[in-house]
Amino acid sequence: MAASPALALHGVNKHFGGLSVIENVSFEVPAGARMALIGPNGAGKTTLFNLISGVFRVDAGSILLDGAAVENMPTRLRVRAGVSRSFQNIRLMPHLSVVENVMLGQHTLTKGLGPLLSPLAWQRNSRWRRLAEESLRSAGIDIDPDADVATLSYGVRKKIEVVRALMSRPRLLMLDEPAAGLNPRETAELAIFLKSMAWEGLTLLVVEHDMSFVHDLCERTIVLNFGRLIYQGPTGGVQNDEQVRAAYLGSRRVATKGAHTAA
Amino acid sequence: MSGYLSGVLAVLCINLIFAYGIFVPMAAGQINLGGAGFQAIGAYTTAWLSSVAGLQLWLTVPAAMLAAALIGCLISFLVLRTRGVYMVLATFAFGEVVAGFLLRSDFFGGAIGMVVPVHVALPLLVCCAAAVLLLTFYLMATRLGLAMRSINDDEAAAIVMGINVRAVQVTAFTVGGAFAGLSGALYAHSFNFVEAQYFNSFLSIYVLLFVLIGGAQTAWGPLVGTVFFTLLPEVLRISGSWRFVGFGVAIVLMMMLRPQGVITRAMVQRLSPRRWAPQCAGAGTWHGG
Repeated sequence: MAASPALALHGVNKHFGGLSVIENVSFEVPAGARMALIGPNGAGKTTLFNLISGVFRVDAGSILLDGAAVENMPTRLRVRAGVSRSFQNIRLMPHLSVVENVMLGQHTLTKGLGPLLSPLAWQRNSRWRRLAEESLRSAGIDIDPDADVATLSYGVRKKIEVVRALMSRPRLLMLDEPAAGLNPRETAELAIFLKSMAWEGLTLLVVEHDMSFVHDLCERTIVLNFGRLIYQGPTGGVQNDEQVRAAYLGSRRVATKGAHTAA
Repeated sequence: MSGYLSGVLAVLCINLIFAYGIFVPMAAGQINLGGAGFQAIGAYTTAWLSSVAGLQLWLTVPAAMLAAALIGCLISFLVLRTRGVYMVLATFAFGEVVAGFLLRSDFFGGAIGMVVPVHVALPLLVCCAAAVLLLTFYLMATRLGLAMRSINDDEAAAIVMGINVRAVQVTAFTVGGAFAGLSGALYAHSFNFVEAQYFNSFLSIYVLLFVLIGGAQTAWGPLVGTVFFTLLPEVLRISGSWRFVGFGVAIVLMMMLRPQGVITRAMVQRLSPRRWAPQCAGAGTWHGG
């Protein structure tokens, strides 16, 4: 029997009041794959992330992680089941230091009351702190771990958010515009870093507008438009797809033809 | 020690424990404007157990803590359904309900109040205040404390980190209730008398001010805020009735100059000796520490 995909969505629907934001979306992300999720503004990309991570509940359809249904699970249990994510706008905790932010990402690795009640901040050599500092270094973030996050550059904060998301040892990492605001060198470094993580078995689902980054990182792409899936297939085929071109360039005639998939 | 000085110290200890009862839930993003209600629960539990049931100090004080903690735990489930200003109003209403209930309850002496026979000596008060202080510092250093602070910063992001936000907030509110209850019990045993009128909304506002003006980012804030605001009226006593004006002006000035509180996390970080040691030794090398 073939292994279950890391993530599978079957007929997922979501509406806010009378507005349908996700319509009958189905796709699979194989384990270890690097998948991009693109689409024009308002296509429902972040909503889809929120549905998968459990911030919103689906109205219909199912979400499977490694073959197990999670659509009714609260967010914190989905994190324990192996889903981790970053946010479109950096959501580091402003009053926590760099290393505290990263250690926050380890929360789901702890079991029971013992680790919850041991004085983490007083143990400068605890394995949690060492792990956080090593992860920062291996991601190329050479800064004082006790620094205030507010004092750091945008690019560094963005990287810290990725490191924090990796701390829970996820099997599926969802990144919402990780390259936005990074310079070309930082973007290239991020792609190399994420590829190395994927080689170690991590599955990636990435929302991104920077198409050269998407081409560099992701072998497959899905395209959303007005909450519907209009393309899934190799990243190389995106630009030649008639529906995708219509969605981005705005030809109403082609865009309303229906949800054709080119998989 | 003079009677005056030991009296001021007793009030300082009680206020300090009370302030940490407000600080702990606030560190997890919950503003409790019903502090007097929790203190009243502690005070009246102690008063009843001491005067009517005739129990000893070592039983009445823990029982008062337990009662306030239990009610804090139960109330938190209701209060946590509200957000922001509505949470403030809900906790405020709770405080008023407790005071109103005690005022009208013959069981607890009504408007006459209750006499508390057993007196607590100053050294025990100081020990209790020190224990609460250390416990709060310990709590804020744990992963639970980290989770509390993260909820205060960004609740939605904390949920995505896998934190059980509801459980952490209920815990914080329960611990806060226990501390406020302890302060009430010690108040009852120090003044040997309780009356419902004392536990009014001004008391809730004052204790909240201790924490807000001292700073709610670290456990140092309530210490500084409480010491300052307990001792300031005593210092201003020499100016007669003008002391209330001075007190008010001090509050307004501090709110204007330091809206985030006198003590901030960044300030504690800068002054921390631990931070200086590796930085001086390993200057210029990133991996030197």
